[in-house]
Amino acid sequence: MHELSVCQALVEQVVRVAREHGAGSVARVTIGVGALSGTEPALLRQAYPIACAGTPAEGSTLEINERPIRVRCALCGAETDARANRLLCGACGDWHTQLLSGDELLLEQVELAKLAEAI
Amino acid sequence: MCDSCGCNITPGNRHLVAEGEPGHQAIDVLQHLLSANDHAAAHNREHFDRHGVLAYNLMSSPGAGKTALLEATLQALAGEFRIAVIEGDLETENDAERIRRHGVPAIQISTGSACHLDAHMVHHALHDLDLDAIDLLFIENVGNLVCPASFDLGQHRNLTLLSVPEGDDKPAKYPVMFRAADAVVFTKTDLLPVFDDFSIERATRYLRELASAAPVLNASVRSAQGLAAWLDWLRDDMRALRARIAGGEAVRPAVQPDGAALHAAESAA
Repeated sequence: MHELSVCQALVEQVVRVAREHGAGSVARVTIGVGALSGTEPALLRQAYPIACAGTPAEGSTLEINERPIRVRCALCGAETDARANRLLCGACGDWHTQLLSGDELLLEQVELAKLAEAI
Repeated sequence: MCDSCGCNITPGNRHLVAEGEPGHQAIDVLQHLLSANDHAAAHNREHFDRHGVLAYNLMSSPGAGKTALLEATLQALAGEFRIAVIEGDLETENDAERIRRHGVPAIQISTGSACHLDAHMVHHALHDLDLDAIDLLFIENVGNLVCPASFDLGQHRNLTLLSVPEGDDKPAKYPVMFRAADAVVFTKTDLLPVFDDFSIERATRYLRELASAAPVLNASVRSAQGLAAWLDWLRDDMRALRARIAGGEAVRPAVQPDGAALHAAESAA
């Protein structure tokens, strides 16, 4: 399982953001994850506290925005929902589609517990 | 629903309230979670392009025949291209030794417990290879149909192998891996008469249902059936990649994790 590697990379980024803003600790981290990113939100939640241990992100909350799988059909132009293993157009059923969302693995926001401790 | 305990905060509206907490500061980042890996991968790709090396990443489940296909390929292409191989496994030098028997340089990466190669491991291995003495680099990823698909290594192409005994519904079961493939090779096709429930047509249909137009090839190392077509595909693909790179294009696998796209935008800025 690579979710621990992903969380370790996430925490490195979060700690860098905290350092850049002179913050002592991190309160909340928000990420966006799509089913086609190849990472499992439940496993990310388990791995997150382990990756945070001993860093300024220790004790922070992980928020996961699960992004829906959406495709646009190259034939009929419809934008529809799809399943991870059936990226077919929901309108005409053709497979020539382009993924609009669902493969994200993004650090969206870091909430720093900055001022209270700095003052 | 009330305004005191937080029960009215949902994933959809949380961003509207998060910034309001006293003493807290919300920073919008929008960066791929694996941006450090993507950065190292871009660096590897620059190395490859500068030295005129084409890099193919081979992925499959363990035992699908990656090393066997490589051995047959090395034998057939000896004298035509200068080839090197990076081997990824949790333990042992076995695969690198198999490759070296063909007089081809092979670097073994032992990942320990890691289930995939990442761009840093590949970068480290590149230090042991003379890229000026190579035209073609195969990276044999750790046998695993899940994790390797999430890590860009700097390769130009992803090849995914599916062996007949595994069953023809693997693309439906492991969509992330098969969606990442620039070409899919069905291996051990000499076993089709024995595993008569494997249908190449069905496996291809599952692949198309992932909105993938990747070419499919059949190859049996044991019977040599399909090997010539695989080698012709590889030669044509290398020629096409070289033309695109010569035209100044940054060539990457067709399906990129969104982070790679973000990184490309970042380096262009």
